[in-house]
Amino acid sequence: MTSAAFLGLAHVLRRLGAGTLAFITRLGFATRFALAVIRNSPAAVRRIHLTLRELYFAGVLSLIIILVSGLFVGMVLALQGYDVLIRYGADESLGILVALSLVRELGPVVAGLLFASRAGSAITAEIGLMKATEQLSAMEMMAVDPMARVVAPRFWGGLIAMPLLAALFSTLGIFGAYLVGVKLIGIDAGAFWGNMQAGVDFRFDVLNGIIKSFVFGTAVSVIAVFEGYVAKPTAEGVSSATTKTVVVSSLTILALDFVLTVFMFRGLGV
Amino acid sequence: MNRSTIDLWVGIFVTIGIGAVIFLALKVGNLNSVSSSPGYRLQADFENIGGLKLRAPVKAAGVTVGRVEAIKLDSKTYQALVTMKVDNGYQFTADTIASILTSGLLGEVYVGLDVGGDTKMLADGGRIGKTQSAVVLEKLIGQFMFSKAAEGTK
Amino acid sequence: MPDTRLPVAPAASRCPDIAVELDNVTFGYDARTVLSGITMSIPRGKVVAIMGGSGSGKTTILRLIGGQLKPRSGRVIVAGQSVPDLDREALFEMRRGLGMLFQFGALFTDMTVFENIAFALREHTELPEEIIRDLVLMKLQAVGLRGTAPLKPAALSGGMARRVALARAIALDPMLVMYDEPFAGLDPISLGVVGQLIRRLNDALGITSVVVTHDVYESLKMVDYMYFVAEGRIVAQGTPAEIRASDEAYVRQFVDGEADGPVPFHDPAPAYADDLFAHD
Repeated sequence: MTSAAFLGLAHVLRRLGAGTLAFITRLGFATRFALAVIRNSPAAVRRIHLTLRELYFAGVLSLIIILVSGLFVGMVLALQGYDVLIRYGADESLGILVALSLVRELGPVVAGLLFASRAGSAITAEIGLMKATEQLSAMEMMAVDPMARVVAPRFWGGLIAMPLLAALFSTLGIFGAYLVGVKLIGIDAGAFWGNMQAGVDFRFDVLNGIIKSFVFGTAVSVIAVFEGYVAKPTAEGVSSATTKTVVVSSLTILALDFVLTVFMFRGLGV
Repeated sequence: MNRSTIDLWVGIFVTIGIGAVIFLALKVGNLNSVSSSPGYRLQADFENIGGLKLRAPVKAAGVTVGRVEAIKLDSKTYQALVTMKVDNGYQFTADTIASILTSGLLGEVYVGLDVGGDTKMLADGGRIGKTQSAVVLEKLIGQFMFSKAAEGTK
Repeated sequence: MPDTRLPVAPAASRCPDIAVELDNVTFGYDARTVLSGITMSIPRGKVVAIMGGSGSGKTTILRLIGGQLKPRSGRVIVAGQSVPDLDREALFEMRRGLGMLFQFGALFTDMTVFENIAFALREHTELPEEIIRDLVLMKLQAVGLRGTAPLKPAALSGGMARRVALARAIALDPMLVMYDEPFAGLDPISLGVVGQLIRRLNDALGITSVVVTHDVYESLKMVDYMYFVAEGRIVAQGTPAEIRASDEAYVRQFVDGEADGPVPFHDPAPAYADDLFAHD
């Protein structure tokens, strides 16, 4: 090996090591931050109107995108699913296909991704801007802890909103599939709902889906408040923090989804 | 925006969100069906279970009365031991026959229960003595070809 | 009054006339030293200016007094309490006696002017809403902006926002108010108004004011005493009359606004000629 190539390799290894170390340090810091948020949570419960306000921003303002996306995802699933199922004469299984896809996977995951980009980024930008304009410092100097006053209500608002949004996404998706499958294509409504009910189990499918959406909501909320809180107090610091929230949240959702799916649906033959 | 408007919107949001969860629970996942109601367990040994999976329905006369809860291979007899959870509302005679059936050519695999004439009923943990294994298509075709070939040599 | 229930006070600050005392304070981040050997005492009821160029460490002094930063060495004593030694709860307790005006106001952008000023009152007191309303309007009246109560901070001009922030800083009737660059970015009229307000509020409410600024003319008009900070050290101090008469080079450069002097125009760099011909 030539010395230049060796130096190049050493450089790459050093950068890789430094990057890994920085990542682990940040993860540790984020964990400590999350614990601090939870420690400050009683404040979010005590002054419930702050949390309700954040529930409004994270939940109500995300409704439109969640409802419309859910409807369209359901309709597309129905069209594509029907196209495949009809080849095997199993078109009456459309209901169960759509319901299982939505309740187990697409509901929590797609709603989570939309939630990260709609509400997560807004939370990060808001906290980051408050930091950049010294509002958080001002609060501290007024003897008010920003963790309790600003961060904790946003965290809980996001955490509560997410499972509800995921459930609404799945519901609208199933309704969209019903519109396409039953009203447009003409599958028998009884078969559509009957097969669905026979095949979807409350505890295994619906409850696991809700648990997933809870986990995703927690992850996105922690990431959003964390990135906002540690953002560099400049315009580009806030914008890069917002981008980071969306990217990190999305990757985290997908990774967590894999892990949770392995645990929840292992041994079911899926 | 003032506080009562926010409260109203949040109230609407939470209500329809919980409504969606209830819809998923009742209309999609039929929470009120046998799957989560209390029941008792029955066991049966099969030579071959074919494509039977966990949570597959257990049916009597086409009515779903329970679900498959566990599937194990008995290491002594090399038979499949299937545990079923059956709804408390249904009782089966001691000479019931359990068979592995398929609804249609490509449909789901389930356990069918055919009731006999015994007066004794199966209790919790009871074992179904008579079973009929899954029909494995490859074996059937193999037997058919074998018998055809045997005919041909005569 | 916060100072009546103080536990043990160090000898130097038991004197009730001293609101803030810094004794040989040094501060820095990692290898960089921001402040070294700062000693100052701020008497109760006075307006004291801390002057210096950008990046001279003046704002750091305010953060040390407010307990947002801890000194590397030396003592920071506010109303008889050693700030770096306070635990979290005692620190927050002390801060209730402090008001701070941030560089650009730092008003809470998601609240109205009214809510901004009511913020500390609602957070720290259990006062009924009518009394809070009266108190807020009183503070707004003091800065002459009672009419802006229902507006959002974004709808205010820079000078008005600064005055609202001032009203917020005095909402809890603090014993000490710190001003971080209260004049930055203001037009001459607003600048005069804010300067007058600082002086008037100080005298009317009997508070102590610390003003960090680089606006020497405005300060000379209104303060009782001033400190000049350069490169983390106090280079000059005195009453406005003494400062005007001073012939110290740094003070003259600052007061007369000359480009070159003890604070050089050029940042330290290799010789110009060497840099120019470096590509050869």
